[in-house]
Order: sequence, then structure tokens, then C-alpha cells
Amino acid sequence: MKYVDEFRDPAKAKALMVEIGKISDRLADKLGRPVYIMEVCGGHTHTIFRYGIDNMLPDSIELVHGPGCPVCVLPMGRVDDCVAIAERPEVIFTTFGDAMRVPGSKKSLLQAKADGADVRMVYSPLDALSLARKNPDREVVFFALGFETTMPSTAMTVLKAEAEGIRNFSLFCNHITIIPTIKAVLDSPGLMLDGFLGPGHVSMVIGNAQYDFIAEHYRRPVVVAGFEPLDILQSIWMVLKQLDAGEARIENQYNRVVPEDGCAPALEAITKVFELREFFEWRGLGSIDHSGVKLVDAYAAYDAEVKFTVRSIAIADPKSCQCGEVLKGVIKPNQCKVFGTACNPETPLGALMVSSEGACAAYYRFGQKKATMDAKAGRELEEVGA
Amino acid sequence: MNVVSKLNADADRRVRKGKLKSKVITLAHGGGGKAMRDLIDDVFVSSFSNEHLNTLEDQARFELSDLARLGDRLAMTTDSYVIDPIFFPGGDIGKLAVCGTVNDLAVGGAIPLYLTCAMIIEEGMQVDTLRQIVQSMADTARAAGVQIVTGDTKVVERGSCDKIFINTAGVGIIRADRRLGSDTCRTGDRILVNGYLGDHGAAVMDARGDMCLESAIESDCAPLQGLIETLFEAAPGTKFIRDATRGGVAAVLNEIAESSAVGIAIEEDRVPLRAEVRGFCEILGLDPLYLANEGKLVMVVPEAEAEAALAALKSHPYGTHSVDIGAILADGQPGRVHMNTSFGGTRIVDMLIGDQLPRIC
Repeated sequence: MKYVDEFRDPAKAKALMVEIGKISDRLADKLGRPVYIMEVCGGHTHTIFRYGIDNMLPDSIELVHGPGCPVCVLPMGRVDDCVAIAERPEVIFTTFGDAMRVPGSKKSLLQAKADGADVRMVYSPLDALSLARKNPDREVVFFALGFETTMPSTAMTVLKAEAEGIRNFSLFCNHITIIPTIKAVLDSPGLMLDGFLGPGHVSMVIGNAQYDFIAEHYRRPVVVAGFEPLDILQSIWMVLKQLDAGEARIENQYNRVVPEDGCAPALEAITKVFELREFFEWRGLGSIDHSGVKLVDAYAAYDAEVKFTVRSIAIADPKSCQCGEVLKGVIKPNQCKVFGTACNPETPLGALMVSSEGACAAYYRFGQKKATMDAKAGRELEEVGA
Repeated sequence: MNVVSKLNADADRRVRKGKLKSKVITLAHGGGGKAMRDLIDDVFVSSFSNEHLNTLEDQARFELSDLARLGDRLAMTTDSYVIDPIFFPGGDIGKLAVCGTVNDLAVGGAIPLYLTCAMIIEEGMQVDTLRQIVQSMADTARAAGVQIVTGDTKVVERGSCDKIFINTAGVGIIRADRRLGSDTCRTGDRILVNGYLGDHGAAVMDARGDMCLESAIESDCAPLQGLIETLFEAAPGTKFIRDATRGGVAAVLNEIAESSAVGIAIEEDRVPLRAEVRGFCEILGLDPLYLANEGKLVMVVPEAEAEAALAALKSHPYGTHSVDIGAILADGQPGRVHMNTSFGGTRIVDMLIGDQLPRIC
């Protein structure tokens, strides 16, 4: 299958592994510890686990799973707001599937649905607009979430609604931007990171220039990576080569999809419809300046936060939650005290266990349940005292 | 009156000939009165017709001695069918209702014999639609060698059910020499599947129209009692068989691993997928191991019989693309299913929580 099989070639994987091992062994020797590379994007985490790449890499390199999964960083307070809107009898609340299971302080959207709220799963914001068209006597709200990858389709949907004069449609906007995320990670105390795999599909929209500060100010290499397993391996190799040469640059491994300057029509739509919020709350990471977007005043008619009174109370994460530390890569999922026990895919305490791209869900599903860790992690667990 | 003409007169009295005049199912058709009798006679009995059903008693009756000739255990199963859409490429809810229950009997080593058919119909259904479904059930039952011998009909208010819900219960007889069980699998046993995986799940998801994709994927819905008999002839030591319905092959493998307290490893390279289903899964970010099948079995056979088993399966129309996909491990972790990926890595194949969802970004 074109664009798929070529990037899953096991022979090339073997060859790359050898080259990776040569450099990472040398670097780890110099550093006195493994080389730490973070993949920001949840889609990368998913690929890494699905193909068993984490097991294939040598011990001298460790992948740290970053906070690039928009469902994973949904704070409980925002879920409560969604539930409140969904429980209004005139509302049809539409959302992507994963978001339905994220726990709020009292219930998730899925539980609200079971209790009678009209919550429906959609695959695209256009599906939500279609529902608004078909149900003129109901208010259709779309739970807009995602990084810059999904912002263009949301923006286009708002523009379409405006063009068609559809008034019974609005967004509950939880779109977030990637740069403050990465900055929050880089600024975390106690974090050891040598380089990044950059988010491939976000970059497809925003281009690569926005990552320059990571190289210039924080002196870390960034390789924007694709989502097939060879993309990941090649990108890791490219990061290692930079580290070996003492360089810190932004490189684009995913150049078959990512244009250097991003996608102009997508950026145009986003700029027309959205503006940055002053600050926005993230699960596990607290409040981050200029990290969320909202609809501009001109499109306030499509803003569910304006249409419906929303309590917007920040709810603290449960005490046992270590989501923040996992999101920043400070600990691995299986080092969280409640991983696999109180927090598991059936009864998730935090969003990382809910989303199919969350590090915890990936660990649980593809990798290591608490009882069956490999020796390396087992040693670390002993140290943490879990 | 002599004996023969008395018997014929009895038979004539018993054969009701109600005719359904309405084009639409109404609440009256579930009311127990003449409208319901006309529905039963004209739609159900005329299509399902067999000596047991045609007596139209409240129960079907069987001579135990006849059953005992076939084996030493009675197998019984039931399933309810609520699929949406009710017609999909490769089948419909009726065909599914027969195949699913027949297969649930056959995978236990039973010869499927008799089915019930209980229907809950939403008022407003077109009679022609119902006839189509019933005829599909009759055709499938004939192909599977089973008779639908008793049934029930309810009609509910509009909105109380989604068009039609069908429940079929089935009975069959298990031969004395067959001892299958999910807890019998041991080191070295091979794991076979009888063909392409994920067809049904992909076809139905596509048929719902939410994805706006165009594909030619058809459900693999089929009655497998014949295939299973072929397997037993070649591999009488077969340990376990299960149809990989909801939850896909992954669910069955995990059940075996847990029940038998063994570790399992399968090879991604050998998992058989049609190119279209593979493409469907790639674009949506779905894992075919979790897609439902309605004509596919996971079979665990002793290593010594695996080659013969595979050859026998391949000789049957429902097994042409059978493959050996893996084995029970000697040193595997009990309850754990691994897959060696085509890429050269290893990953765990766990049970899904909830439904599989397409990717967002």
C-alpha cells in the first residue's frame, strides 16, 4: 500500500536501529545516562507502542511521552461545563468519541448521555453543522478540541455556518496551541530532555518556524516527524546526529506532508475566526498563558460560552493523580502510583488513561501493565517507592 | 373414514392459510388476534415451513431418542440481534440472526438442529421489508441445515425499538467424542483462522454512512457448521473454536489466554486482511484485530494436527484463505497475548474497553 508499506519496511528498520545504537551508545557514555528524546504528539506515542518501537530501541536511548494529546489535557472543570450545556433539554451536544469518556468532577459526557442528555458522537465538525441544519428547533453545540491540527476544520465549519445563515450552531471551544505546551515542558524543573520529535500534523498547518526558539533559546534539536514507524526511527536518528555534532536545529523529516511555511488557507481561516485567550487551564499543567484560543468577537454568535452561561470553575485534580508529571515526561505512566490499579481504562482517574493516544492508555494497551514491567522500569519503580 | 383420509383431514385442519393484506406493520399485528395470525401464517410459517413449526403449537416437540442418536450432550445458546443498518453489503439482520446462533452451537462441537425466532418489530415497518428479512432467514437456515421451529412476534410503539430486534435461541447435539473448551489450550498448540479478518466490522461501519467513504467491502456473514465438521474430520483433537464476533480476533485470543492461563504470540505478517479492509483501517486509524467478523473462527489445534487442519479448511468454500497465525507459548506470560509486528517489534494485544473509535488527528 503506497505511502504505508514503504514506511514499515523491517529491513530498513533493522539498518536504522544499528545506526541509532552506534550514536546513542556513544552519547549515553558521554552523558552518563540515557539520551532522552520527547515525542510531543499523542499520535507518535500511539505509533511507538503499536509497533513496539520502545522495545526495539537500545537502552542508551529513552523516549519520553509528552503532553501532545488534546483530550489528555482536558481539565475536569471544562468537562463539567460541557455536561452542564449537554444537560439542557434544547441542546444536542456533539463531540469526538474519546472526549466522551473523560471524567468530570461528577460525571463524564458518556454518563450524562446515559442519564438522558442528548450527547452524540461525530467524526467531524461538519457532521455537527449538518445536525443543526436538520434540527432547526434544537441548539447544536460542537465540543471543539485539538491542537492546531483540528483548528482549521473547526474554523471552516464556522465560516460555512455563517455563509449559510445557520444560527442554531455553536462551539464549546477547547482548542489549544502547541508552542506554550512545549515551553511549559521545557520550563519544568527537574526535567531532563535532549531533543524533540516535533508534531507532524500540527506542523502541516503551522509550518516549522515557530519551533525556532527551542533551538535558539533552549538549545535542543527538533525533528518534525511523520507517523509511520520508519518516520519515527529516522527522526530519532536525525536528532541523535545533531546531538552528536553539538547542533541544535529544526529539521523536517515529514517533508512529504509538511510544507516549511505551513498551510496558508488553513492559517487564514484560523486567524479569521480565533484569537488567543490570555490564559487557559490544562489538566496536570495548571494555567498556561496564551495557550488556548477562543472565537473572536465577530463570531461571538457561534460561541457556546457566550450563548450559555458557563460556570467555568477550575476543579483540582484528584490527590492521587500524577497526570501532570506524566504529561511533562517526569515520570513514566507505570510509575504513577495509581497506574493500572485505581486508574485503568475502565475506571480512568485522568484523561491520559481515556484517550487512545494518551501515554497511560498506550502503556496499558500495548505495553506494560504494572505487574509486568521490564527490569529497567522495575528498578525505577523501586526507587520511586511505589 | 379410513386412516389415510382421516390423517389428511387432520393435516388440512392444521394448516392455517391466513393472508396479510396490510402493507405496513401496525400494533394490531402484535395483538394476538386475527391480524397477528395472518402475519404469522403469511410471512413466517410460509417461509420457515417445516413439520415442527407447522403444528403451530405453543412449543416445538422432539423425540429424545432421535436426539440421543446424534450425541451425548444437548447444546443450547441464544443471541439477540439489533444491528443498524438492518441491510448491509453481504447480509441483513435476518441472515445474521441465523448464522450467529448456528455458529455459536457449531463452535461447541454441536450439530445445530433447531432455532427459535422471536421478533420485536417497530410499528410502521413495511411488510415487504419484513418479508425480505424472513426470507433471508429461511434461506440461511436451509443452507445451515437447521429448522426454525417456534417463534414469537411483538409489535411495539414507534420509537420503542429501532426498526426490528430479533432473538434466536438454538439447540444442537454434541457428539460424545468432542471435548472443546477455552481452558484446554496448551503449549505448542497452533492458532488458525479461516480467512480474511475485519470484513463485517468494516462493512457495517461503512454502511452506516458516517465516514463518507466508498468501498466494496462486504460482510463475511456465513453459517460455519459445515466448515467445522470438515475441520473435525481432519483434526479430531481440536481443542477450542470460537467465532470472532464483537471485539474481533483480539477478544477471542485474550479469552483463551486467560481461560487456559497461557501466553499467546501471533505474527502480524500472517494476519490475513483484504487490501480494502486494510485501507479502510489505515485511513480511519482502526486496528483490524478488533473489528467484528460474522464468518470467521479462531481455532486452536494440537501442533501435530495443524497441517492437516489447515489443508482441510482451505478445501472448504468458507475456508479458502485459512492461515496459521500463531501459537500458545511455552514460556509466555499467562493471560497475555503478544503480536510480533511486521516492523520487527513486539506489542501486547489487549482487550478493548468500549468501542474502537476512528482517529481524530
